[in-house]
Amino acid sequence: MTTSVHQLDDGAWLSVNDSREVNVSDLWWLARQDFCDCEMADFLAEGFVEIGVDHPDVEGRVAGQCIACGESGVTDWLTLGRVVDPDEGEFYAVDPTSVHVPERRRRLARPAES
Amino acid sequence: MASKVEGWKDEVYGEEVRDHLFRFAEEGWSAIPDEEHDAWFERFKWWGLYHQRKGQESYFMMRIGTPNGRMTPEQLRVVGEIARDYATGPVDNPEFGDAYCDWTTRQSIQMHWIQLQDIPEIFEKLEAHDLSTIQACGDSWRNIVGSPMAGRDADEHIDAWPVIKELNETFKGNDDHSNLPRKWKVAVTGDTRGSGQAEINDLGFEPATKDGRRGFNVTVGGGLSRKEPRFARDIDVFVTPETLPDVAGGLSALFRDNGDRDDRFNARIKFLVDEWGTEKLRRVLQEEYVDFELPSAGEDLREGYTYNSGRSDETGDYVGVHDQVDGQNFVGLSVLVGRMGAEDVIELADLAEEYGSELVGLTQRQNIVVADIADEDLDEFLAEDLLENYSPDPHPFMRGSVACTGTEYCSLSIVETKNRMVRYARWLKDNVELPEGLTDFHIHLSGCTASCAQPQIADISLRGMKTRKNGEPVEAFDIGLGGGLGENPQFADWVEMRVAADEVPGYIENLLGIYEERRDEGESFREFIARHTDDELNGLAEPEETSYEDPYLGNTKLTWYPYADDSDMDAAPTPADD
Ligand code: SF4
Ligand SMILES: [Zn+2]
Repeated sequence: MTTSVHQLDDGAWLSVNDSREVNVSDLWWLARQDFCDCEMADFLAEGFVEIGVDHPDVEGRVAGQCIACGESGVTDWLTLGRVVDPDEGEFYAVDPTSVHVPERRRRLARPAES
Repeated sequence: MASKVEGWKDEVYGEEVRDHLFRFAEEGWSAIPDEEHDAWFERFKWWGLYHQRKGQESYFMMRIGTPNGRMTPEQLRVVGEIARDYATGPVDNPEFGDAYCDWTTRQSIQMHWIQLQDIPEIFEKLEAHDLSTIQACGDSWRNIVGSPMAGRDADEHIDAWPVIKELNETFKGNDDHSNLPRKWKVAVTGDTRGSGQAEINDLGFEPATKDGRRGFNVTVGGGLSRKEPRFARDIDVFVTPETLPDVAGGLSALFRDNGDRDDRFNARIKFLVDEWGTEKLRRVLQEEYVDFELPSAGEDLREGYTYNSGRSDETGDYVGVHDQVDGQNFVGLSVLVGRMGAEDVIELADLAEEYGSELVGLTQRQNIVVADIADEDLDEFLAEDLLENYSPDPHPFMRGSVACTGTEYCSLSIVETKNRMVRYARWLKDNVELPEGLTDFHIHLSGCTASCAQPQIADISLRGMKTRKNGEPVEAFDIGLGGGLGENPQFADWVEMRVAADEVPGYIENLLGIYEERRDEGESFREFIARHTDDELNGLAEPEETSYEDPYLGNTKLTWYPYADDSDMDAAPTPADD
């Protein structure tokens, strides 16, 4: 089956194959980012703005704020997790507390939907 | 490209969702195909059911829309009984027990832990008493708000209740208006207090007079959500109770046809008003959606508004004893953060009936009002035991506290809210000396930028955030000051960012100390804040740890339920028939 992803409830959730997988209110460490001037952004996720699949990765752009410097806005594309086997559909979320690198450019396996 | 939600709505939406809901109720939770969860949960909202957050799978929040918050005592009892019988979760709330009702800032009722299999019974009971969850959430006409005491309040310009009833009957379950691009919040204010808070609604009707006729001015595009608050804009139209429904329907249709269905974040009519401006909006309304000449606006009554206005001379919030037009009294009772135990709700319904009341009402400040108390019964009513907890003469910190749902149930939330606000209010009451003459002080606490607790229009605005303390993430708040409605509505200035939740009470204490010391004679807190510049307000008072203790400082969103003994996400209950 194809992997179905979307944000739900005004951006509160990333849903993967109709299961609520990643939610707002976590802190994410972002490195090599141009979201703010911090070397590492201590990023509070407040809402999922865009979601897409770049197999096997599920990626998203997230609205929120760096709680170290106060800069707020929307991130570049972040890998939120993986669906290793699309037939089985199991989603493996990344750990927000490890370090993540946002990507400016990405190829979409299918268009992002909101 | 139309959003995914629009696709789901195209397939099934509106009234017909009910049949599916009943089918799922009969067949059980697992009858909802796994790959259709998201679509169905989105559709269920139209019937007032909102799936609770992660860790609370298969449980729903249920919202009942009561126009102007009005109920008969009998209806109130039904609400209490439904909460008692169906809204009990796996674990008690430490402040409120096992079953309770929430009175919301839009004069609706929310209860939690509702399960699908109980829906038909609940709906049957509601409908037998002329109550309904129809369009309580979702993309259509939401609960209409306004004065709960319309027709009884002695401080009234025009009795708006008949026209509000007409709107409710016309636009609930109306196929032409059941699928809008986004929610549609309507307020009709007929009183002189300004209690409808029309300024923050998609469509507002404010009391006005034109050529000696009493009616309303029309405003469009208010709302507080996200970091894009707007006051509703005056479109220079006057309506009478006779023309109001046509203009309301015209504007709803205009929104239906022109609102943004591609991007839900840009869909509310406030953004269309930004884009078009009020002149174009008025022109399109005139040319395409109404068939009579729209008169220009009348003279408004804003100068006299007292509701949530931050005045030092008057508090228009309905709390306390007030005169009715018929010589009887209505008595407003303070309900801390709007949450009332189910047994208390039933007891209040019984009391109201015993005293001959025919009406109780919910206010946008999350309180409850009992009407029709005769002069000779007043002392006895005020002495009832139940009123010790729900006071007609509350301490200002209790009276002014408003809080939204928060991480207890809400997916969007960043922080714990209601229980924390209860603890803040109690600590402030016990530890902070009130500046002399301060009778009203509003603290609105919201768990996220959706702003359900209307944080931007309070003396102290609290909006959920995170920060680090000794390297560890803790729940925090952005603090704003000086918001309110009244003659000159004003959004709060955000002056302290990311204050750890356990330092907020200390901040408020310090700020009130400074106010007491530096205020001018007779100056209200809001006036005091208003005469300072942004720069002066930044750092005016210091956040500080005090004797206040916060049991919810860690990330409550990582629990399945913040108050469970084993609150670990892995300990979440599994759906009953899964
Ligand atoms: S303000 Fe945010 S946290 Fe509070 S009830 Fe609304 S959506 Fe939930
Ligand atoms: Zn930063």
